[in-house]
Amino acid sequence: MAGTALRRRLTWQVGTVGKVITETATAKTIELDVPDWAGHRAGQHLDVRLTAEDGYSAERSYSIASAPGEPVVITVQRLEDGEVSPYLTDELRPGDELELRGPVGGYFVWDGEPEPMLLLAGGSGVVPLRSMLRHRSQTRSATPARLLYSAKSLPDVIYRAELDGYGDAGAEVSYTLTKRQPPGWTGHVGRVDQALLDQLAWPAERRPIAFVCGPTSFVEAVAQGLVMLGYPPSRVKTERFGGK
Amino acid sequence: MPVLDGNVLGGLLHEVFGTEMTTAVGTCASCGSSREVAEFVVYLGGPGVVARCRDCTALLMVITKRRTMNCVDLTGLSALS
Amino acid sequence: MSPVTRGFHGKRREAEGGRVPPGQYVTEDFPVLSAGPTPHTKEEDWTFSVRRGGKEQKSWTWTELQKLPVEQVTADIHCVTRWSKLDTRWQAVSIETLLEQVRTDAKYVLAFCDGGYTTNLPVADVTGGQAWLAFGYDGKPLAPEHGGPVRLLVPHLYFWKSAKWVRGLDLLDSDEPGFWETYGYHMYGDPWQEQRYAGD
Repeated sequence: MAGTALRRRLTWQVGTVGKVITETATAKTIELDVPDWAGHRAGQHLDVRLTAEDGYSAERSYSIASAPGEPVVITVQRLEDGEVSPYLTDELRPGDELELRGPVGGYFVWDGEPEPMLLLAGGSGVVPLRSMLRHRSQTRSATPARLLYSAKSLPDVIYRAELDGYGDAGAEVSYTLTKRQPPGWTGHVGRVDQALLDQLAWPAERRPIAFVCGPTSFVEAVAQGLVMLGYPPSRVKTERFGGK
Repeated sequence: MPVLDGNVLGGLLHEVFGTEMTTAVGTCASCGSSREVAEFVVYLGGPGVVARCRDCTALLMVITKRRTMNCVDLTGLSALS
Repeated sequence: MSPVTRGFHGKRREAEGGRVPPGQYVTEDFPVLSAGPTPHTKEEDWTFSVRRGGKEQKSWTWTELQKLPVEQVTADIHCVTRWSKLDTRWQAVSIETLLEQVRTDAKYVLAFCDGGYTTNLPVADVTGGQAWLAFGYDGKPLAPEHGGPVRLLVPHLYFWKSAKWVRGLDLLDSDEPGFWETYGYHMYGDPWQEQRYAGD
């Protein structure tokens, strides 16, 4: 089943919630059992639709956090004034049914290409990038990989233990904490800026491919910064989440 | 203010067109620039969804949902392949 | 209909009987919805023109607008996306005050805005104390993302008719569809008759 993308009509279907895992104080990972799931590529997302008894409905998109071949799993960051995310993180229970459509996407995907990959995550933008790193690890890919993950504080970092573990598989993971740092923090501090990109990005000559995901303002600043380092715009893939 | 990109339209466009559309290349009828749908500037909310050219802000696509039917207007694109 | 999601209500609360049009839900938020980038026109550059057949009949600068009688308007607003917000408070000038200074027998207007947005309304609906140019919200200057420096305020119709970043009115003899109306939204837009789409 892994790797075979069945040509089926993409439409809404119902999945059943399996385990719900707490990742951070505000983020949960939700396992979904989807009948006839055709498999997905690293970086794809799915759309979720919630419908109230009176017919009112709300839709949102969530990146798939698992690797191709694994059961489908999403990670949801609870937004303070959100309409859908608080339901998914606070109310949803194993056994519940969830209407979803996917997998979606062909632009923001990594299929195992050998060129060095540069992953830049702003907050929950790390979710599709984690799928890519999981895929890289599971396929024992030799693709050089670097992840720069910008988060407000260390407790806000999702998948920390797993990400740190990728160091053994040759992926370099670094964090920059923008609001609070733990005592003795030796990692980066503050928003990703040109200097940090200059320091961490693969040189353009190596024809790297960059994946930038997070709030719109993060993505625009970082994408622009990479272009200034000589990355061709076609090699900077962007995915903007809601946010300031 | 929800300003996103064409990635968020992927599911709806796939359903409407029957195929993956975020990698389809659209040519702006106003300025002639060509980009993948994933790179369109997308404004959500408002009565419908609007996709604009990243280079000149011209209107490329307008998607409205009437009851259960989606209506995709592509008149801002001179080509979509 | 889609299967009902157990325990999902959205962020809505029960509407007080009769206060909210059919199909609407009350929210405390003030969602920012738009069809394009937020313009940032400075007050000193802002003007409002009333035009007829492409010719300017009269225009007002920001300063001139401020000299007109300012009203404190409290209104319920209803968005076609189904949210309603009650008791919103605005500082505004009645459109009647401006149109009085222009002699016209036009029956319709097409409001035009920075960024290219347009919306159409009958003259009868922007006069008679039903419509304003709003430049203050909740006692503060109207923020750009909510339509500042000046937006239309026509609370008795769906809120897409309360055009943000408004710069003037074209006087017309017949009704012409504006931006959303061109894409199938109702020409008039009475929330109490649920006139969301053309043909409703």
